[in-house]
Amino acid sequence: MTTMQLVFLLIGAITLLSAIMVVSSPRLVHAALWLILVLAGVAALFVLLEAGFLAVVQVAVYIGAIAILIIFAVMLTRRVMTDSGPQVNSNWWAAAVAALLLFGALLALFSQVSGLAATTSALTASPETIVDDLGQALVDVNRYVLPFEVASVLLLAAMIGAIVIARPSARSTDEGGEQ
Amino acid sequence: MIPLSWYLILAAALFCIGLYGVLARRSAVAILMGIELMLNAVNLNLVAFWRYLTPSLIAGQAFAVIVFAVAASETAVGLALIISIYRRRATAVADEINLMKW
Amino acid sequence: MQPELLTWLIPLPPVLAFALIVLFLNRSNRLSHTLAVGAMTLSWALAMVVFWRAITTADLGLHPIAASINWLPAGREALRFGVLIDPLSAVTLFFVAWTCLAIFVYSIGYHNFGKPRDPEDRPGLPPHAGGIEPMYARFFAFISLFAFGMLTLVVSDNLLLLFMGWEIMGLCSYLLIGFWYGKESAKKAMIKAFITTRVGDVFMLLGIAWLYSYTGSLNFREILYNPELLQSLHTPAFPELAARIPALYPMLSSVSVAGAIGLLLFMGTVGKSAQWPLHVWLPDAMEGPTPVSAMIHAATMVSAGVYLAARFFPLLTVGWHEGDPLTTAMKVVAFIGAFTALFAATIALTQNDIKRVLAYSTISQLGYMVAAVGIGAYAAAVFHLVTHAFFKALLFLGSGSVIHGMEAGVAASSTHAADAMPGQEGPAGVHKTHEHVDAQNMSNMGGLRRMMPVTFWTFLIGGLALSGFPLITAGFWSKDEILADAFGNGHLAVFLTLALAALLTAFYTMRQITLTFLGQPRTQAAEHAHESVWTMTVPLVVLAVFAVAAGWTGIPENFPGLGGLVPNWFQDFVVGALPEHPETLAFNPVPLLTSVVVALGGLFLGWLVYRRVRAGAEDPLKKPLGLLYTVWERKYGFDELYSWAFVRPAYWFAETFVYRWLDRGVIDGILHGVARIALRLGSALRNYFDVPVINGTADRVGQGIKRAGHEFRVLQSGRVQQYLIVGLVFAGILLSYILVVKP
Repeated sequence: MTTMQLVFLLIGAITLLSAIMVVSSPRLVHAALWLILVLAGVAALFVLLEAGFLAVVQVAVYIGAIAILIIFAVMLTRRVMTDSGPQVNSNWWAAAVAALLLFGALLALFSQVSGLAATTSALTASPETIVDDLGQALVDVNRYVLPFEVASVLLLAAMIGAIVIARPSARSTDEGGEQ
Repeated sequence: MIPLSWYLILAAALFCIGLYGVLARRSAVAILMGIELMLNAVNLNLVAFWRYLTPSLIAGQAFAVIVFAVAASETAVGLALIISIYRRRATAVADEINLMKW
Repeated sequence: MQPELLTWLIPLPPVLAFALIVLFLNRSNRLSHTLAVGAMTLSWALAMVVFWRAITTADLGLHPIAASINWLPAGREALRFGVLIDPLSAVTLFFVAWTCLAIFVYSIGYHNFGKPRDPEDRPGLPPHAGGIEPMYARFFAFISLFAFGMLTLVVSDNLLLLFMGWEIMGLCSYLLIGFWYGKESAKKAMIKAFITTRVGDVFMLLGIAWLYSYTGSLNFREILYNPELLQSLHTPAFPELAARIPALYPMLSSVSVAGAIGLLLFMGTVGKSAQWPLHVWLPDAMEGPTPVSAMIHAATMVSAGVYLAARFFPLLTVGWHEGDPLTTAMKVVAFIGAFTALFAATIALTQNDIKRVLAYSTISQLGYMVAAVGIGAYAAAVFHLVTHAFFKALLFLGSGSVIHGMEAGVAASSTHAADAMPGQEGPAGVHKTHEHVDAQNMSNMGGLRRMMPVTFWTFLIGGLALSGFPLITAGFWSKDEILADAFGNGHLAVFLTLALAALLTAFYTMRQITLTFLGQPRTQAAEHAHESVWTMTVPLVVLAVFAVAAGWTGIPENFPGLGGLVPNWFQDFVVGALPEHPETLAFNPVPLLTSVVVALGGLFLGWLVYRRVRAGAEDPLKKPLGLLYTVWERKYGFDELYSWAFVRPAYWFAETFVYRWLDRGVIDGILHGVARIALRLGSALRNYFDVPVINGTADRVGQGIKRAGHEFRVLQSGRVQQYLIVGLVFAGILLSYILVVKP
């Protein structure tokens, strides 16, 4: 067992435990905080995978924006009695069974595919080169500029949509214009 | 050193936990959190494959970046929806938003 | 203009008048009668022209005025229709034209043209005295159609066209007898006339068919003027039948084909000319207006029967020559004629209705003509036909004038009666009478010679002609010829019968004249009678002239004194129609004396017995004749016999058997039965198949779907996570199938 493997196991354990806490925590704010931990763990894993840029992006976007957003949403949708009472619906056992089955199916799938025991080869490029290459790739006409642009449009649309949807409705006497 | 399969198993586990969260949680926000877990598992998968199989091709990372963007926008819109519904129906519990029930 | 073309045209004006009146003119009385009389005048004029040409043609019998066209193509040949004016049709045309024209003009006055319409009169009932006939135009339409029928019959050259004219006249007779259709008696009479003549017509049609099938033709010239053809018809008619029934052998073997056909055609004459046994319709036909009685039932239609018999004289007399014993067919004809003459004369003695007497008199005189044909006296029969038409029409028109005068008298006397008893006016004002006097009953008349002189003198002339008053009346000459022929050829039975009938004829004629015109008026109505208008009296005078003068055309050449002064034009002319001419008989004083004695004697006796009959008294003959009077008055019971034997069974058959049993019972029963079965079948199908099976299936399918939907409803929980789980499960199944089962 090398050091890396131990680190990996540790980070993995934290991530999975935090994930389990996310889905089983009765209080949503706690679940959100556990989510932050999960996201951090994933960022750490990115670092382990030598995708440093993505780790930073993970922290900045996911933790810094999305998790905060989720906490906002939790706050805004609080009701007095929401946080108590069961947090799972009536089909939770079917969900558990489905999840376990899926996990099992995936494991079976992995066992059938060869070449998954490979280890890494050394990265030929330096981290700066990778980031540079990533940036180039995203705007290169021959490569990924189209998904990049589409993603930006998507973000724009999402932004506008979110604003429109979440606009407070008590602007005029009649409630209309809610999309 | 760390075989690819370990990453994949981890991602699969994360995915399944997220799936459980989506299917089993009452609150809509909790469901969204489950979706975030699933997306993160996907990202992890992508980056792992990039690192282990095609480190010279930047496509894996580019794909992951796009997934980031999509996840963000989807979360934003979803939360906006939940807030809007909460305003209307005073509830964020998925089961209670059942106007489509026959 | 060729006489053939004129002959074609003769029947046409009246039928055009009929069509125009019926379609357009029946609202205007004046236009209708003008058109009718005008058309008849035109026909009369054409007839006179044709008649003149006919009598100025030498040997008309050999060269008749004839023309024909192909009417109905039948195989290689065609049925030809055409006109033929030979001596017989020439003289017939003459008297038909004159009498019809006279009667047309008479009808204007008879139906009170020019008088206002009485508001109480209804169409279908005879008008009250003095008002114009409500159905005036219709009358003229019908008599125009009738004139067309008669003229067609006279000018036709074949039996089929003759039959068509015959039937048209039958129809018009039916329509005109029932002209006043509101009267129940008229309705019965019209049907009786039609059906009775129909019986005769059926046999006539059989004769026509047999003739056509035997000879292949119906043309008069081809059959009757053709000695070879006639000879070929001289074969026995019923050889096998005669051989099979030995008892009837003598009778059946003596009938030749010609005789049999002649007898069948003669049955048509028996019907149409009201001979015994088909005589019952003519007295009842007096229900029609008097012009109808005059024209149809005295002068023309009934004469058509005798015309037919005369026309087929050559057929009846095949194998017979002057002086031979009569053939079987001729015997039958002579018997029926003579019997009818006497039979009808006895009944006429007892009748009180002025028209009935004349009706039976007509039957009797037609019997004379038929008997003459039967004994072979062709020229005499035709001569009597012509003279009889004139004086019988005269007598009927005279009786019509008398009836008119009597009705005027009835109206006038009731006014007086109403005036005399002021408090008893009826609601209808002056027309309510207290004495309901029958204007046609002779016992209500009397003394009319003073009130109606023209009618009296013309009626007297007609009556004397009917009786055969010697020398100055036409009836004498024609009747005398028949008697002379009968006696001269040795047919004594016929001679005696006819002589007795002549005696009775003179007697009842004088009875009629005495009761009507002589003596004193027996009722108020008779006192107040007055003469008729000129449109009625002028035709009377015209006919009276003919009644006197027509006889002088036929004075026999061997008549003592007068014979030879004027040639016997009539006989010479008429026998031209026959292929072989009979020779004239030698003069014999016996028949002449007999006819003079019976005529004068009958007239004197009639006057003697009836001259002092008072009002309300019974007939002077009633006591002396006793039972015989009753039998004659009841017309020998023939009407009752026929009613019992034929009419009631026919009614039973129609009413009970056919209507109730067959029509309502069987046919309707089947119909109702089918309907009931269909209904039950329908209900059964509905209740046992339609509702349970078809409806039930549809309903169950619907119910099933509803229940299935109800069950499947559970899936629609509205919970997204549940949907996701289900989707996941199915995806998993699919995946495992692809990965595990498939490879």
